[in-house]
Order: sequence, then C-alpha cells, then structure tokens
Amino acid sequence: MTGAPDTSYDNILEIKNLQTSFFTKDLEVKAVDGVSFSIPKGKVLGVVGESGSGKSITSLSILRLIEEPGKVKGGEILFKGENLLNKSEAQMRKIRGNEISMIFQEPMTSLNPTFTVGQQIGESFRIHQGLSKKEAKKKSVDMLKLVGIPSPEKRVDQYPFELSGGMRQRVMIAIALACNPDLLIADEPTTALDVTIQAQILDLMKDLQKKLDMGILLITHDLGVVAETCDYVAVMYCGKVVEFTDKKTLFTEPKHPYTVGLMESIPQYDQDVEGDLAVIKGSVPSPADMPKGCRFAPRCPFATDLCRNKLPDLETDEDGNQIRCWIYSDEWDGDPEVNVYERSESTS
Amino acid sequence: MFQFIIRRILQTIPVLIGVSIIVFSMMHLVPGDPAQVIAGEGAPQEQIDNIRERLGLNDPLPKQYLDYVTNAVQGDLGTSMRSGRDVSSEIGARFWVTVELAFYSTVLAVFVGLIVGIISATRKYSAIDTILMLVALFGLSMPNFWLGLMLIQWFAIGIDLPSWVPFFSDTAWFSPSGWGSFSQVVLPVITLGTSSAAIIARMTRSSMLDVIGQDYIRTARAKGVKEQIVIYRHALKNALIPIVTVVGLQFGGLLGGAVLTESVFAINGMGKLIIDSIQARDFPVVQGTILVASLLFVFVNLLVDVAYRFLNKRIDLD
Repeated sequence: MTGAPDTSYDNILEIKNLQTSFFTKDLEVKAVDGVSFSIPKGKVLGVVGESGSGKSITSLSILRLIEEPGKVKGGEILFKGENLLNKSEAQMRKIRGNEISMIFQEPMTSLNPTFTVGQQIGESFRIHQGLSKKEAKKKSVDMLKLVGIPSPEKRVDQYPFELSGGMRQRVMIAIALACNPDLLIADEPTTALDVTIQAQILDLMKDLQKKLDMGILLITHDLGVVAETCDYVAVMYCGKVVEFTDKKTLFTEPKHPYTVGLMESIPQYDQDVEGDLAVIKGSVPSPADMPKGCRFAPRCPFATDLCRNKLPDLETDEDGNQIRCWIYSDEWDGDPEVNVYERSESTS
Repeated sequence: MFQFIIRRILQTIPVLIGVSIIVFSMMHLVPGDPAQVIAGEGAPQEQIDNIRERLGLNDPLPKQYLDYVTNAVQGDLGTSMRSGRDVSSEIGARFWVTVELAFYSTVLAVFVGLIVGIISATRKYSAIDTILMLVALFGLSMPNFWLGLMLIQWFAIGIDLPSWVPFFSDTAWFSPSGWGSFSQVVLPVITLGTSSAAIIARMTRSSMLDVIGQDYIRTARAKGVKEQIVIYRHALKNALIPIVTVVGLQFGGLLGGAVLTESVFAINGMGKLIIDSIQARDFPVVQGTILVASLLFVFVNLLVDVAYRFLNKRIDLD
C-alpha cells in the first residue's frame, strides 16, 4: 500500500502515510489520515476532492505550516529524498519560498495590505538570496514582467488594493516563483477568480511550469482544471487518497465509485438542460464521526457489508495506478460483474 | 500628503469654533448673574457692577463672543480674577508641565501596552496571556488617584513592614510631589499611564490576534520569513492601525486624568490650575485652560490622523 506508483521516476515529492490531526479538548479530528502520493520531477499532480477532504491540510503539512491545535502526527514527506518532518524550523525556513513555494486560494486577502507589491516580491529575494533593497526591487520588476503584468515599473510601487483579483494572483505567483522553486503548491489558485481570468492564470502557470521545469501540486475541486493542466491525479475523500492515476486513465476509466460520481456531476455541454445534474447523494461525513469501514460506503451505490465494516487498502495495479476500493480486490463480496458505470448509463 | 495635512487642519476650524462657543457659554450657563457669582455672596453692588464692566457683560452676547474670540486668537485670554495676571501667562507657565506629564505617560503606556499586548497575542490562552490580561484588567479598573496615593505610600513615604519582608523594607525611592527631576516624574507618570497602558495592551492583543489569523500572515510564513519578522513587521504594521486611534483618544483621557494626578502629586500643571481656579471662581482662567486643553486634544488627533495615513494606504486623500 505504501510506495509510489512509479519508483523509477525521480520524484520531487513523495508523501508516505501522512497523518495530520487537529486536537480539541477531548477529540482528535483526523483531517489527513494516511495520505500517500508522489510527484515526479517537473510534473503536475492534481489533488481533487470535495471541501473537507483534507487537500489544503495536506499542502500546509508539506510546508509544515499547520498551526495549533493541529499537528502532523506521522508519516514521511520526502522532498528530493529528504524527510521534511525531520528538518528544524530554521532549515524549513530556507526551503519555504525558496525550494517549495505556495499560492493560496484568496488573492484578495493573501497579500499584505500595508506593503507595496515590490516589497512583497522583493522580500523573497532578500531572505533567500541576500539581495539589497535596490537589487530586490529590480528583480521584482522582472518577476512582474514574467507573470505578464503590464507596466511593471509602475505596478511595483503600488499597494495590493490598487490591483484587481487576477493581478493580485499574478503577484502571488510572482512571489512564489521568485526563487525558482523546485515544487510549487497551488491551493485552488483559480477558485476565487472569474472564468476568463481563471483560464489566463492556468495558462500562465502551465507556461511557467515548462519554462522553469518545476513540479506542481495543484489542489482543486474543479475537474476541468485537472483536464487542462495535470499529468497525474490523486482523488481524496475524507483525509484519504481513494484513487491515484495518470490523467488520461482518470477521464477514460475512473475506477472508484467516488471518482465516477465526481465525473458525473460535471455539467456536459450536450446535456439536456431540463434534466437535473447528477449529484453524489449524501454529504461528507463529519471527521469526528467517521464510518468504520470504507469512508465512502454510506454514499456509495455499490456498498456491501464488507465495505461498511472494513476499510480497504490503497492497492497498486500493474500500470502503477492506485485504487482504494473493495470492488477491485479478491475479497469483494458483491456482484462479481459489477460495473461502476452502470449507474451513469441508467441515469443519462 | 501636504495637501492632506492642510485640509485636515482646515477641518479643525469648525471644531475650534464649537469649542470656543461652549467655553464662552460657560460664563453664561452658571445660574444667576455671572458677575454676582464671581464676586461671591454678599459682595457690595459696586463691586458686582465693577466686575460686570470689566468682563464686558453689559454688551450684547454676540458682541461679547466676537470680542472673546478676537482676543483669544491674538493670544489674549483675559485677566485672572485671582492674581490679576494675564490668563495666557498663567497657563503658559504650566502648559509644558502638563504636556510633559501627558507625553511621558503616553510613551510609557504605548511602550508597555504594545509589549504586553504582543506577548499575550503570540502566546494566546497560555498562562502568561491569562496573567497579563488579568493584570491589565486590574490596571484598567484602578482609579488613578487611588493608585497615585498607593504609590506615594509605598515608594515615596515607605511602609513599615517587619524587617524580614524582603524588597519592601526600605522603598522610599521617589519624591512624592512636584515636577522636574527624575524622582519626581516617575510616580505621576506611572499613575497616569497605567490605565492607558492597560487599554492599549488589550487593544493590541485583540488587534494582533485578528491580524495573525489573516491569510497574508500565512503567505509571509510560506515565503520563509522568520517568525519574529512575521510578527513585528508583517503583523504589527497592520495591527497598529486601530491601536493608533486608541492612543489618540487616550491622550484626551490623559489630559482629564492629569487633573487628578496633578492634584495628588501637587504638580503645578494645567490640571491643578483648573481645580484651583474653579474653587476660586476665577472664570477667565478656567475658560482659558479648557480652551488650551481642547486645542491640544485637537492637535494630537490631527497627528494621529497623519500617522494613520502612513500606516493605512487605503485611506483616500482626494
């Protein structure tokens, strides 16, 4: 169950059995519960899932930015082969913003309102490369140019409130890419932007990813974004990875009933507008009250007693794809001829 | 920026007119005939007429007001009934004493308040946080004249405790009265600054907690910024915006508090001048002192607004 699908790859990031929990007075909430995946060098991994599936917590865990009362409890986060969980805070600071950078969901609130754009980009150069104020500003202008902001010499002295949402996200990208990171974590970078700007930002990220040859961990709940940008996809549900495949397999033959459900809930352009959009029935269980078997069992149309009572492992198949579902195991006690698509055929 | 300051100064004019009307009316709001009140009960009619003539009370009210304002603008606030000296020179001698007292107290309050607030905010819900906020609540609730008296008793006169009590055996370190030397300044400044320090500490704590939870603080951390710099550069600059407002308002409170503090420590400042003048029914001095104190308050808030401009770039000037 542990291990990456393609160990032959030189993985820039490899997460093994990551566990992050939040502790209240007498309760432990397992937000991330044994997540494993890996990102090959220079590739884009999409992490998909509903709200509350642990995507963002996973990404903050990588940078070790989980705040009290949260805690990374166990597992390994191998970045260039070294376990980040064993690093000191000072060593982590050298990695953050330098080797691993992060872009956040909310460009409106993620920039400090009291510093100019140039000061905020320049800070990365000053911290990690020890540049002077003047050199940092010059490089900030270059970064603004790189992310496609017009008249960068003027923008560099402006404050965030003088910029639009799309501009601010470009500034966030400029901050993140300032020091040529090997890994970029983008936590729903386009969710807060309107559709035309979303496409621009995604194109920019793809473009820069190729130019700078970095790995990207792209967190999203939008499968359209996945189709557009990713090489690999990890589907998360309730703090666990339920399916890990290359992008093509995900869209041609999704295996996990949850993944299939996600696919069906995307509106199609040829869909009958009168009909209802398919939904996954029920809602994400509360992390404080997890089902004891497969976490998707209460919402799964194929669930059997086995599913409800025993949690399946994440199994790797011969192609290196991973799946956490009893249907594909030898122990499966339901209909041996089950087809996870049958529901979609009957509903469409 | 220059334009902003000019405009802000012009905006104080209506405030000043309002203040001058209120101060001017004081004389006429006392029940009965002001001249009679000033002269005191049982004064001969001749003396009352004399006072009335000297204060121009026989003129119509608008003329009296215009005369008052015209003179005040030229620095003539009238003549003290008690000493016969110019009100402006009476105040002038004491003005800087009160300004110094209020200024040192503000500096102390800001310094202590910020440090305590930041420590509390960065260690929220810890034992240190609880203790500091309890002390702040205590400091806030203590009447400052009482605090002044206690400080005099402990640190100026000294307390007779059994000799085995450590530390507090011989604590008459400071002077209980007057103004000027270091030993005279310490106790009144602590007395006056304590409640402001407590308010600023509480304000700093809540403002910092709010800012530390913001997304841009996470951005700074994700950039690899040291935690101290995250707190003192990224967070504090934003947190200061509401704190500066409080400091400006506190200064007004300090001017009021100075009245009590100056009385307790027998400091010859404007506060004591007001008390003495009220007791002596020396109306021109009371009016003049209140006018000057109001001016000072308006001026300090002008400074606060300018400081605000530097901190919060979103305030639009034009």
